[in-house]
Amino acid sequence: MAVMTYREALNLALREEMRRDPRVFVMGEEVGLYEGAYRVTQGLLKEFGEKRVVDTPICESGFTGVGVGAAMLGLRPVLEMMTFNFAILALDQIVNTAAKMLYMSGGQYNIPLVVRGPGGPAAQLAAQHSQSMETYFYHVPGLKVVRPSTPADAKGLLKSAIRDENPVIFIESETLYAVKGEVPDDPDFTIPLGQAIVRREGTDVTVVAYMGMMYRAMEVAEELAREGMSVEIVDPRTLRPMDTQTIVSSVRKTHRAVVIEAGAGFAGMGSEILSFITEQAFDDLDAPVERVTGENAPMPYARNLELLKTPSKAKIAAAIRKVCNA
Amino acid sequence: MALIRRFEEKAAEMYALGKIGGFLHLYIGQEAVAVGATSTLRPDDYAVSSYREHGHCLAKGSDPRRVMAELFGRRDGLSKGKGGSMHLFDKSVNFLGGHGIVGAHLPLAAGAGFAINYQGGDQVVLCFFGDGAVHEGEFHEAMNLVALWKLPVIYICENNRYAMGTAIHRALAQTEIWRFAETYGIHGEAVDGMDVLAVRECVGRVVERARRDKTPALIEARTYRFRGHSMRDPAGAVYRTREEVEREKQRDPIALLTARGLKDGVLSEADVRAIEQNVADAVDEAVAFAEASPEPPASFLFTDVYKD
Repeated sequence: MAVMTYREALNLALREEMRRDPRVFVMGEEVGLYEGAYRVTQGLLKEFGEKRVVDTPICESGFTGVGVGAAMLGLRPVLEMMTFNFAILALDQIVNTAAKMLYMSGGQYNIPLVVRGPGGPAAQLAAQHSQSMETYFYHVPGLKVVRPSTPADAKGLLKSAIRDENPVIFIESETLYAVKGEVPDDPDFTIPLGQAIVRREGTDVTVVAYMGMMYRAMEVAEELAREGMSVEIVDPRTLRPMDTQTIVSSVRKTHRAVVIEAGAGFAGMGSEILSFITEQAFDDLDAPVERVTGENAPMPYARNLELLKTPSKAKIAAAIRKVCNA
Repeated sequence: MALIRRFEEKAAEMYALGKIGGFLHLYIGQEAVAVGATSTLRPDDYAVSSYREHGHCLAKGSDPRRVMAELFGRRDGLSKGKGGSMHLFDKSVNFLGGHGIVGAHLPLAAGAGFAINYQGGDQVVLCFFGDGAVHEGEFHEAMNLVALWKLPVIYICENNRYAMGTAIHRALAQTEIWRFAETYGIHGEAVDGMDVLAVRECVGRVVERARRDKTPALIEARTYRFRGHSMRDPAGAVYRTREEVEREKQRDPIALLTARGLKDGVLSEADVRAIEQNVADAVDEAVAFAEASPEPPASFLFTDVYKD
């Protein structure tokens, strides 16, 4: 085990997979000479050269299509979106082309493509650079969607994503790049896509949360523990395919659930998690499931308004108390 | 060309009989482009097209029986009946597909060119699209990338003068499409898309250069679609005059080549009749094959969504 940042863990995953498989290459805006807008690709150009670390012009749709076409001929592209907000420009290539190619071709052409980059609420980046983008992708059959919360998950899941035979949307977070944690040294360490993890064991209530919201929920859980409440936290890690079993098993144990998401609540991830909990564990529930979501407004710039937009610790604590006291 | 023509006439009949559903975009009138261009390729070269791709797929060497079965939505179709008319793919002949979103396959062709260079190969990619793709942003993104990175991709714009029902002068500020090549510093050229030998000569030159020097090109093949945009627009007569369509039909690429062959003495009337008979038989066989092929089983709904 080595202690490293989330950013370093991603960088190591890229290096290891590029050393392991010559078909893997990295492409995107500022990934080479500039070494990545958030330094995730630092040092890759020096180690692997221009052939495999490809700086593109600003043309998200164009270079994503290049990735899809290259994947059709057997390469394994890892595309960087400088931020996932820009992936909307490539949404057609991802949703209409990459996700559907295997199906439309009757199984002839699979697309082993990773599209990665930061997304979700950031720090005062305002409406166009600070939003939860997973919503646009996890609805689509043919795509896999990953949101890794810790450095170890960042490494293990990115390696699995690169080895996967399908298009994988891998959304990191600007706010987590500097987070440190223990990461296994083994170059063959991977975490399978589609496996949730229990971050904190508890007996009174299950809280489902990922990325920044997971860390916030952990803090709330520690505070509530002092009041005698035992909170279990489950992090889905992969949103599609979703590990419903781990979440439902936890709810069957605690009989109560709170689902947290940073994005706007309407038709969000929380709605989907809430619905499979009630479909599969209704009889086990002792209280209605609570959702704590981002407000249904674009992200404001002003710090005070920004704090109101995403779920606060106070709101999370209130929801947990509500289901526990029901 | 004769096979493609007969195949599509038959497809139109089958559509009228309800054997083929959805959208069916016929290529009739434009055959010289697909045939002239692909005739310059090696089998390991690649081709990719839009949703008006039956002709390109057949010209690249796909089995007409499996193409027809795909149009019928049957399990022996190229895509097991899951793609349909707009999504023909055939990995066995390096046909990278029929793509339904205008302009979206142009970057894909650049990606194929990128992979060829990455793998150290000497294949080339032909990318076919209509004039309607030229006003999409992806046309310009793809042109820039192939020029910037020197990718062996030949973009062949089949200018049939109508993007669905919108005439070219109502859609493009620069209607001389080949001139966009100048902007990106690559070779551009217009060719008579009704003359299969002219297309073959022009594309053959740029293919050899692309293979040798990794230089992309933009070819504007000036052609005309005799039918409507799709079967929902059978006459194609709202946005263009009947006189115009009749005038263009005088330049039928198959009739032009036949007349030339007869005049030059390389083709006899008997040869022409034999060709017509052969393609009629092949198309009848394709229909019989499609009819006999079963519908895809219900389990196919969930296969090929993900690859293990």
